[in-house]
Amino acid sequence: MSIPGEWYLILAAALFTIGALGLLLRRNVLVMFMCIELMLNAANLTFVTFSRMLGDIGGQVIVFFVLVVAAAEVVVGLGIVVAIFRRRANTSADDLHILKG
Amino acid sequence: MLATVHPTIPDAATFALSAAIIIGGAFGVITSRNAVHAALSLVLTLFGVAVLFIEQQADFLAVVQVIVYAGAIVVLFLFVIMFLGVDRREDIAHEPLRGQRPMAFALIVVALGGVIALGVGAHWATGAHAVAGPSHLAGHPNVYVLGKSVFTTYLFAFEATAALLVIAVVGAVVLARRPRMEEKAEDTEREEEPAGVATGPSEREEAAE
Repeated sequence: MSIPGEWYLILAAALFTIGALGLLLRRNVLVMFMCIELMLNAANLTFVTFSRMLGDIGGQVIVFFVLVVAAAEVVVGLGIVVAIFRRRANTSADDLHILKG
Repeated sequence: MLATVHPTIPDAATFALSAAIIIGGAFGVITSRNAVHAALSLVLTLFGVAVLFIEQQADFLAVVQVIVYAGAIVVLFLFVIMFLGVDRREDIAHEPLRGQRPMAFALIVVALGGVIALGVGAHWATGAHAVAGPSHLAGHPNVYVLGKSVFTTYLFAFEATAALLVIAVVGAVVLARRPRMEEKAEDTEREEEPAGVATGPSEREEAAE
């Protein structure tokens, strides 16, 4: 008998909250992006677990799309980081207070 | 769905090891002072998740996870870290906003407890079985089932992701491009440099001859 789905869901919840904690605590934009990846992975794990628990392929298809969206998000996000770094020479989120109107 | 099932020892060991790798990697990401170490910890977590995908018979996704996430996305992170030269230690003991950390921990505990309480209350997985199609067909591999679903039921969404990727690539090029004026200013600076210092590949070849 394989592992019950609840274990996976609790693990995914823990992974998601660790990612959210990192996003709240860290100030380096690059590390914040990595924390977003952690949260996306927690969601992916949840989708695959529900796919297995309900015997439905839809969960796996959504994970496939999440991977694509994550790749696009990282590309645009890192492009923004590079553009900001060119002006500020820093990757701290605190420095973006200059965006305040 | 809280039936008492007893997992076999290999399954339980795989899960425990992967869970330890995932949680350890995740803590590595949020506690590393060096951004490069954070990226490498992220690889650990992604790999652990891939193992759990295989454990749940999502073979294709596990392979894609390793190739796209651990292979491409983390390399992109590392590339940007090295490109910007921000691979130095940062001070994470310093706390710019007073009371932010206790509040963040409190929020996280409430969120995790709430999610688990909701899961227990709702008996974890509720809903109809196999709405979008069965996840396993006898005699067909996982790739067959997933591919058939992507190219029939979810074809429109699949095409939309193609458009999304093109837009992302164009957006990245536009964002990372130097503005015209800046480019010209740098060109003039370069021309003003003393000519004797420049040793391009063509000049080096001439010298060798």
